Amino acid sequence: MHINSFDRYEQRHSLVHHLDPRTKVVVTGLFIIANVLLPDGAWAAFAAAWGLVLLGGWLAQLPPGYLIKRSFIVLPFTLAAVTILFTLPGTAVVTFPLFSRTITISDTGLIRFASIVIRSWLSIQAAIWLTATTQFPDLMHALRHLRAPRLLIAIISFMYRYLFVLANEATRLLRAREARSAAPVGKNGGGSILWRAKVAGSMVGQLFIRSFERSERVYNAMLARGYRGQLLTMNPHVMKKRDWRVLVTAVTLIILVQIIGRL
Amino acid sequence: MFFLTIEYLHIPDGFLSLLIAMICWVITALTLVLAIRNAQKSFDERLVPLAGIMAAFIFAGQMINFPVAGGTSGHLLGSTLAAIVLGPWLGILVMTAVIALQALLFQDGGLVTMGANILVMGIIPALIGYGLYRAVAHKSQRVQVGTAVLAAWLSVMGAALLTALLLGFSGTSSFRIAVPAMLGVHAFIGIGEALITAAALSFIFKTRPQLLQESGQAAGRGWIVGGAVIILLIVLISPFASSFPDGLEWVAAENGFLNTALDAPFKLLPDYTIPGLGETAVSTIAAGLVGVLIAAAIVIGLTRLLRPKTDN
Repeated sequence: MHINSFDRYEQRHSLVHHLDPRTKVVVTGLFIIANVLLPDGAWAAFAAAWGLVLLGGWLAQLPPGYLIKRSFIVLPFTLAAVTILFTLPGTAVVTFPLFSRTITISDTGLIRFASIVIRSWLSIQAAIWLTATTQFPDLMHALRHLRAPRLLIAIISFMYRYLFVLANEATRLLRAREARSAAPVGKNGGGSILWRAKVAGSMVGQLFIRSFERSERVYNAMLARGYRGQLLTMNPHVMKKRDWRVLVTAVTLIILVQIIGRL
Repeated sequence: MFFLTIEYLHIPDGFLSLLIAMICWVITALTLVLAIRNAQKSFDERLVPLAGIMAAFIFAGQMINFPVAGGTSGHLLGSTLAAIVLGPWLGILVMTAVIALQALLFQDGGLVTMGANILVMGIIPALIGYGLYRAVAHKSQRVQVGTAVLAAWLSVMGAALLTALLLGFSGTSSFRIAVPAMLGVHAFIGIGEALITAAALSFIFKTRPQLLQESGQAAGRGWIVGGAVIILLIVLISPFASSFPDGLEWVAAENGFLNTALDAPFKLLPDYTIPGLGETAVSTIAAGLVGVLIAAAIVIGLTRLLRPKTDN
């Protein structure tokens, strides 16, 4: 595994990729907040917001369908909102029998459910857009400039740096377990569920100790290289004129979508 | 059910109302300020590499799974383990890093809802997990591991309940269905979490006991009280939560769908009441307590089975 194996960053040279990461973070954040504020059933506004997402994707030269393909990750969670279909009062739209009972879906329930799913689907596309056009270290740098707690950002950056190292370690542990878990042909290997849980737990404990010791080694190495409690960067980001122009345009468009939604 | 629900604690954007999401952000932000201050006090410059690598450990630890049955597998969430072995403040920081990275890099959980996700998966489990563990930090190893089992299970249940409540208050799902559904599913997920946490803990006990002694004294006794209060709240709230008025709720009285759809097959106490006491509040609370006691008994039984054969 490589350090970039977890990064969704697409290396392209588009307008969006060359923007200051702060601009992109602010625009994405505002877009998601604005989405949550759109009223139920504001179909025109939802369409307009999707238009903004498509525009963003086009400006970033992302392959068509890239944002949509990754956005399905939100689907399982929609199950949490399904209940709203049956519990909101309104005119019955669909009635069907189930286990000798009748189930009714109301029109208001249908509208609310669809709105929740669409809002969430639009928001996740914006988040994917941000990740696809901004390298993770730049994202962290932007958050630092935006006054997120310095220490927390340093911790997350560190986590990102060691993610693949420890993922490799975990993969090695899994491979070792696999190699020692022979099963007779046609039969299941392994003991009871309890025993299996205990093995997995011991592996987690093992991984913990290896990680803890690694953190001590890393800290010593950092001290040896002159670490004084601050992470430095050689990549100073500057807000250029273009950034301000994009920011103002994006905010105007987002406000416009809100107005459409409330007409 | 496992594959559908395993991500239920990572709330995506759009599922919480802005008000609820912001309230959670405020609580989370205040807690994080405290956590940073306290963790820095005890770890100083070492904090960044230690917390960063431990966060990566939780992430990698979630990859380690074990087959349960029918193609499903159990794996670690890690909040309780982090709180116990690293102490509560560092544990909260580590889980915050994990949740933030999952949201920013993998879109697992939303950005506006990140405050809620940190509250659900980082802060509540730290209170419950560490509070319970701290109460027995001076007892024998077996008691400590047994408590960790209970703490991990209760943490998952607490997180599930809070998620259901947040969804309910946001008008995204109905309390009546969401609360029992979330608690029912997570009662199973919590068992996997509890078993792995306990096994990991007893492994660390065997190999590096000094690590755990440090964390046992890492924070004040306030955590015990805090944990106890949260657990009490769970016991008190969960029986009532499913009957919270949604304001939007439409009970299909004629078909009675809501009353029957989620009658779980494993329900020991019908409608969360004790038969002799009738349908009063006392009865529901008593039922909640009985439930916790049964869970505790199961957990103690499991610990005995999990106990390392070569006890030192």
